[in-house]
Amino acid sequence: MKKRICILLAFAFLIVASSVTAQMQRFPKPEFESGYEQPDPVTPEPRALALEYFDVAVLLAALSLASWLALKKRSRQGMLWLSVFTLLYFGFYRNGCICSVGSIQNMTLTFADAGYTISLTALLFFLLPLIFTLFFGRTFCAGACPLGAIQDLVIIKPISLPSWLRTTLGLVPYLYLALAVLYAATGTDFIICRYDPFVGIFRMDAPFLMTVLGIAFLLMGMFVARPYCRFFCPYGVLLNWMSHFSKWHLSITPSHCIQCKLCTTSCPFDAIDYPTGEKTTALSRDSAKRFLVYALLIPVWMAAGGFVGSRAHTWLSKAHPDVYLAELLITRPEVKNDPDNIDVQTFLSSGKTMPQLVESAQAIRQKFYTGSWLAGGFIGLVIGVTLLNQVVFRRRSDYRPNRGNCYSCARCVDYCPVDR
Amino acid sequence: MDNDKVKSRREFLQSGVRLSLALALGGIGGLAVSRLTGDDYVWQIDPFKCTQCGRCATECVMSPSAVKCIHAYDLCGYCDLCGGYFKPGYNALSTAGENQLCPTAAIERKFIEEPYFEYVINEELCIGCAKCVKGCTSFGNGSLHLQIVHSLCVNCNECSIARVCPSEAISRVKASQAYRIKGGFTQESAG
Repeated sequence: MKKRICILLAFAFLIVASSVTAQMQRFPKPEFESGYEQPDPVTPEPRALALEYFDVAVLLAALSLASWLALKKRSRQGMLWLSVFTLLYFGFYRNGCICSVGSIQNMTLTFADAGYTISLTALLFFLLPLIFTLFFGRTFCAGACPLGAIQDLVIIKPISLPSWLRTTLGLVPYLYLALAVLYAATGTDFIICRYDPFVGIFRMDAPFLMTVLGIAFLLMGMFVARPYCRFFCPYGVLLNWMSHFSKWHLSITPSHCIQCKLCTTSCPFDAIDYPTGEKTTALSRDSAKRFLVYALLIPVWMAAGGFVGSRAHTWLSKAHPDVYLAELLITRPEVKNDPDNIDVQTFLSSGKTMPQLVESAQAIRQKFYTGSWLAGGFIGLVIGVTLLNQVVFRRRSDYRPNRGNCYSCARCVDYCPVDR
Repeated sequence: MDNDKVKSRREFLQSGVRLSLALALGGIGGLAVSRLTGDDYVWQIDPFKCTQCGRCATECVMSPSAVKCIHAYDLCGYCDLCGGYFKPGYNALSTAGENQLCPTAAIERKFIEEPYFEYVINEELCIGCAKCVKGCTSFGNGSLHLQIVHSLCVNCNECSIARVCPSEAISRVKASQAYRIKGGFTQESAG
């Protein structure tokens, strides 16, 4: 009995299936008499999963080697060759994708979009460098990041930037990070990947403007060392936090500092902190009051940032195609008659109604509203803490790499005359 | 003495923050692991959603585009008058260039037996403009359709064509089922 039902069900399924294909086929496939054999569509397989895991292994090896070179071997030469390898492998061979910088967006999307599940490769590309940085400092930047490597190799005559300029431009990565997370979380765009200036160079193929941008960054990088890393890279923000509290870190001198000042000109990134003199120590009493004021100002900055962010949410949300389309159709309904506007024509013929589109656009805009408040508040916090940091006094007796900003490239190590 | 105190306090604070950062990383990692997939993702076009707008040819980061026309021979009617091959105002049913719809003459038309012709896509020449797809879908069985060819696609983190696709036909699919060839892939299985 059961068998019969099974057979019946199978038949029913076959009939349904064949009716579906029959519906599609206006012209039934002929029955050939000449013995013609039909070819198969060519479908080359994507890159094997094993190779993706191999990439993770290469990253792990590069991170380990970079950490060993920076902390134990103390070799600039070794680091240089490692960065050349990274540039060739992750840059030119892997075409700059996948990279840790962009993986921020995959992580964000994992938590924001229930329909997206992250691949192990992307997760490890996000986590591994952060874990390594928490232990050894930003050795990832020196040896395992292709974007860092390409900039590091073009440094010719680095100029020292004044501190106020560095601090101000140093706020840009936070803004970039906030926007990247906002746009990834709302499912709008992956802006880090889209505006990656070097990926076009890795692929030897990019839109004209992105090529110009990439070359401009490299040209600028000859004099302002690693401009993308210092003033744009959103992943650098996370690495900076990790590196600040890292267990170990590259040190300029192998034993003790003799204050010879030889290393001061070695760092192209202005990431060496000088010893604090007696004069600045005297100032510190006055700054206690300023510290308190600046600390109390942080919530104000956050509120202000959140407010500015929420004001900007309408404008920011226009990057989402649904919001853009809905707005376009409402403000300029005459575009419905424009046969060349592909988006509008596709929408009109898709069977979706205007209220549906507006509803989805409003839902996205609501997400943007919440997200912009948070992003703005975050920027406010960053500005507040940056200001606070200006009045915090830390006593230093030696020349030391700034833990947050140092890329552990080991240039300074070569300049130190002290033997072990 | 005083200096040592300051130093040990600073170290204590540092290791405290380090521990919390490590915990945060672990937490984020753990949460993400619960949403992990063993498979990798690639981008692919759903041929039933595709409206043949032509952006695949222009928006891909690769030039020429990694999107190519794929022929699902199972569905082909082997017509003499092929809607995907001939321009609407053709002069004659011949392979002469002025009759062809394809801007790069990437479709090869071959006589098999009266009155059937086979159409094969030369992927070296195909630019993914979807002109033939439009013709075949409008006048024929729709056996010609676009697919992302994974030997050419560099699998960007976010596909630049997907971003501008007006019908949201491009989405991430499991790498183990990397193609959506009509016939095997039906509108029902698209879900």
